[in-house]
Amino acid sequence: MEFMDSNILILSAGMRSSIQDLGRKGKRCYGVPISGAMDKFSAILANNLLNNKEGLPVMEITLVGPKIYFEDYTLIAITGANMSPMLNGESIEMNFMYSVKSGDILSFGKLICGSRSYLGVKGGFQTERILNSFSQFEGITKHRLIKKGDRLRILNIDTELEVTSSKIKVKNTHFKNDKIEVTKGPEYNRLSKNQREYLFSEKFEIDALNNRMGYQLKSKRMPLKESEIITSAIIPGTVQLTPSGKLIIMMRDCPTTGGYPRILQLTDLAINQLAQKKTGDVFKFDLESSFKFLNRLIK
Amino acid sequence: MNQYKLIYKPLGSIAVLIEWPYEINSDILKNIHLFKSRIKTKLADFILDTVPAYNSLTIFFDTGKIKYSSIVKKIKEIYELKDQILKTNSILYKIPVCYDDVFGIDFNEMSGALRISKENIIKIHSSVIYDVFFIGFLPGFLYLGGLSEEIHYKRKSLPRLKIERGSIGIAGGQTGMYPRESPGGWNIIGNSPINIFDIKTDPPCFAKAGDKIQFVPIDLKTHQDLTKQIQLGTYLIENGVYG
Repeated sequence: MEFMDSNILILSAGMRSSIQDLGRKGKRCYGVPISGAMDKFSAILANNLLNNKEGLPVMEITLVGPKIYFEDYTLIAITGANMSPMLNGESIEMNFMYSVKSGDILSFGKLICGSRSYLGVKGGFQTERILNSFSQFEGITKHRLIKKGDRLRILNIDTELEVTSSKIKVKNTHFKNDKIEVTKGPEYNRLSKNQREYLFSEKFEIDALNNRMGYQLKSKRMPLKESEIITSAIIPGTVQLTPSGKLIIMMRDCPTTGGYPRILQLTDLAINQLAQKKTGDVFKFDLESSFKFLNRLIK
Repeated sequence: MNQYKLIYKPLGSIAVLIEWPYEINSDILKNIHLFKSRIKTKLADFILDTVPAYNSLTIFFDTGKIKYSSIVKKIKEIYELKDQILKTNSILYKIPVCYDDVFGIDFNEMSGALRISKENIIKIHSSVIYDVFFIGFLPGFLYLGGLSEEIHYKRKSLPRLKIERGSIGIAGGQTGMYPRESPGGWNIIGNSPINIFDIKTDPPCFAKAGDKIQFVPIDLKTHQDLTKQIQLGTYLIENGVYG
């Protein structure tokens, strides 16, 4: 039998769509960000629904969905934000497995909840793998985003596949939770008593400056006396307070180091939940109980 | 090795942040790198990645295998070990830099403000052997220590939207090279044709924290020739074991 590549064709790219896995691990020492799916929970769920390994590359879709033409058989699952997915114009369910064949078209409609959807395919997307990861990132992969006309390789399957999994229910709190769980960051102690009170009583609004690198917040300016640190490591979820007193939450594509005080740190669950929020959404910081925190750190 | 009093803090639940006294100097750099290589050798099974910086070392550990409190205990024990101090090998890389006005777009301003001729700025910049403190900000962006105080110069108040790949800049007491085109606020004095970050190689960056860098002035013609050689893959960076 002749071996042929199987592909999907991007008819329209949607907004900031990219291929992501669970990140480019072990390259931070060269200044390479970890990257990976913004909402890891939903990316893993897409793979689980397809009986894929949990770290296989999926498509991350932000706010506006793409239009995709399938050239070959595969199975798909869509998780995360509900953007009213449709197969050949008919609504399909979130968090469920569908079988598709050559000629099928996947499209999206109105955004119902959340901010990022994940499209998984059987066997994962087989795009370029650089430094042990498929995650697209500027300067590492050839392109940082998926664009119209791209043909993305998928696993070659020569017959229609059976739908074997059942629908999974995802709790609404994953999208609607207005409490973002944090622990104290390395420079938390630089905050005054008033600043701490403000930080945990105020509701913060997400500024229009939000992307895979970080989310800036609208807040009262709260400058610190010692407003800089000697450049040191930062990780996704690190909340930095800039010298002008602005709060910025680092996300998956953040640099490996930064020079602003790290006052709070989001838990991984909180990063996933924040990844489902968008400009204008409001939330409160919720300091994880020290009991829970210690429990996580100590065996 | 245990010459400093270190502070250990969690960074999220995935890393241990180790802090040295709040200052930048090459003794601390040496201590960080010796400690880093010991940890990587002795705890190889648990360590996923390391991010050294000026006065800190962040250790990313495998949370599936070990808890924070246990890895901190093991790391602290390594710092207290009284075994013979092995010399860590650092490599000196000679990076060709063209300081021609075509590239050195901020010489005029710097020269005027510092009252040092362009020729002397080049001489001062290229005579020092710099320490690679760490890599951060962008993939392959080397943070170098050792810039002569005579040519310290404040970063631009308004960053440029586009700085060419390979640009050599000065910002305050730091000097460095842009591994790719990027916005930036550094004062640009030259350009190197070297690929400092190459995704086709693993590791993607030839230099590592703890190594040494020296800039070697080249003329415009040589810059063009080297650019061709680098494209063809026939150029090898001059390097050797240092110290």
